[in-house]
Amino acid sequence: MSTVTGVSVADTPGPDDRGPQGDRASTGRAGDRVFSGLATGSGALVIGLVTLVGVFLLWQAIPAIADDKDNFFLSRAWDVNDTSNLRFGIVELLWTTVVASTIAMLIAVPVGVCVALFITQYSPRWLARPAASLVDLLAAVPSIIYGFWGIKTFGPKYQPFQDFLLDKLGWFPLFSKTSVSGTGTILFIGIVLAIMILPIVTALSREVFAQTPVAHKEGALALGATKWEMIRTAVLPFGRPGVISAAMLALGRALGETIAVTIIVSALAPGTKWSWSLLNGGETFASRIANNAQEFDSPAKTGAFIAAGLVLFVLTFVVNAIARIVIERRKAFTE
Amino acid sequence: MSSNTVRMTDVAVVDEPRSTKPSGATDGPATADSGGSGGRRSPSPVFGHPARAREVKDHLARVVMWLAFLLALVPLVWILWTVLSQGYHLLLQSEWWTNSQKGITSRREGGGAVHAIQGTLIQGLTTAVISVPIGVMTAIYLVEYGRGKFAKAVSFMVDILTGIPSIVAGLFIYAVWVTTLGLQRVGFAVCLALVMLMVPVIVRSTEEMLKLVPNELREASYALGVPKWKTIMKVVLPTAFSGIVTGVLLGLARVMGETAPLLILGPYTKAIATDLFGGYMATLPTMINQDRSESLQPAVDRVWAAALTLILLVLLLNIAGRVVARFGSVRK
Repeated sequence: MSTVTGVSVADTPGPDDRGPQGDRASTGRAGDRVFSGLATGSGALVIGLVTLVGVFLLWQAIPAIADDKDNFFLSRAWDVNDTSNLRFGIVELLWTTVVASTIAMLIAVPVGVCVALFITQYSPRWLARPAASLVDLLAAVPSIIYGFWGIKTFGPKYQPFQDFLLDKLGWFPLFSKTSVSGTGTILFIGIVLAIMILPIVTALSREVFAQTPVAHKEGALALGATKWEMIRTAVLPFGRPGVISAAMLALGRALGETIAVTIIVSALAPGTKWSWSLLNGGETFASRIANNAQEFDSPAKTGAFIAAGLVLFVLTFVVNAIARIVIERRKAFTE
Repeated sequence: MSSNTVRMTDVAVVDEPRSTKPSGATDGPATADSGGSGGRRSPSPVFGHPARAREVKDHLARVVMWLAFLLALVPLVWILWTVLSQGYHLLLQSEWWTNSQKGITSRREGGGAVHAIQGTLIQGLTTAVISVPIGVMTAIYLVEYGRGKFAKAVSFMVDILTGIPSIVAGLFIYAVWVTTLGLQRVGFAVCLALVMLMVPVIVRSTEEMLKLVPNELREASYALGVPKWKTIMKVVLPTAFSGIVTGVLLGLARVMGETAPLLILGPYTKAIATDLFGGYMATLPTMINQDRSESLQPAVDRVWAAALTLILLVLLLNIAGRVVARFGSVRK
């Protein structure tokens, strides 16, 4: 349903000969003017909305950041209860958010692409449809259910694996022992996020792979390619922009995921020693905001959380912008 | 013709070698390996049976795909199974669909979810009522009117809106509604946050559908002297109607399961509440969230049951969307 490549009609000026150009089909009658005004107005509303989000978040965040006694980007503290002595920084939130999302991407994108290839190219016909429907259904399952399942059902089963990692690979900095012993670790968040975004990656990639022109595939096979070579030379190049945008969409979801992470994560006590370990606890931007949503009472305090939200907004903005640039460039090459 | 081609190629790939050139066996892997960079490699000079290494790779890929599929299936089926098996027995009681949680503590069994189901439906519908006109009109603008810089800006902003994390949408509405306007946290504020998440979904899916409407229809209408706005209202929109409905239903399904803005803007309550502008209003996600850290069995049971109810609701919307899509897709 959604556009896989994220490319809008407005971006494709060339070959699309759409009869009377632009507004020339309008007659200038009252009805036409009202209607086009409404349509343009909705467009303007969308622009206004996004601008407003940026402006409002900035406006509320800047006083708090200005009052911040610590360095906003480098401090690990988060002490906003005393509004005359605000100390907060985002470095820890940034680390947890980025690392957990990276783990999720490393797992979900390859597996998701393989599953999409399986459904479109390999699976027997009787399996393809039900599998696709299952994936679509799971893409729609709300994230709170993934989080609750993660902590109640999956967590206890995953625990032995984590103990094993600690035991055998504890010498490696990424798996060193920390104060967190349960399943509230960055690694576990990453895995649950991977399970959560896997259906999204799969559903979107499947849609693009299914659109590969039959002529390309038959051409490859006719030249003697094996099935895998056919996929590598016809299906994958055709689907690459779609896969990239699917991955970026999933990354955006993972970065901004709130409730699943909030349920699972164990927040660190203030002053805990810094550790590079993936088996450490920690909070993401979204979970820090959600965990403290009940305490938004003074503007200064709220401002600190809004500042965190602003950074998250910028982060997802950058991810989306990169996706768009990559897709545009690919398009220029393939067309 | 095309089925013929497929069969021929299948034979070429699967059958025993017909190649008479013995050197083909050594040539094969070399050409296959050097062609790793994309579709521009020249066709292998060897016909017939693929060489050993290529065949191994092909089989390996097949195995990897099957494994990936099975691997992905495990957690996904596991989730559905857990929710279903833990939650179904409460759903079979009529109390679940008729009562609220008023006066029920975590220690006690009983009570229903009607307050939460109602809240989710009310907020979802209100969100849809606000989002659909904005979303559809924006899509109409992008497809029918928009050219040039402004249209590009709108399209870009829709992309940004797609990427906004739900918690940021919640924070933004909080900053406007509570901090700036000084209003209380009510159901309507939640709806506003959800609108921000639903509009881009509707814009993108409607845009896709409008693009599928054949231009001949528009031109025929113009040729009959019908003004543009009437053409859009009477020709373009009806043609794309089912697709638009599907997009709306899928967007609604996504929005109804959203939790993050509710944490900030829509605190939970155990009683039935239908007023969007006063007091708290319960929803299924907040009902799950409320008792998620409980360890008492009655509360845990209710969380699973609420989760199952939410999945069923989302599933229902998805199925409805697909049925609408199948029975009225745009015909070229």
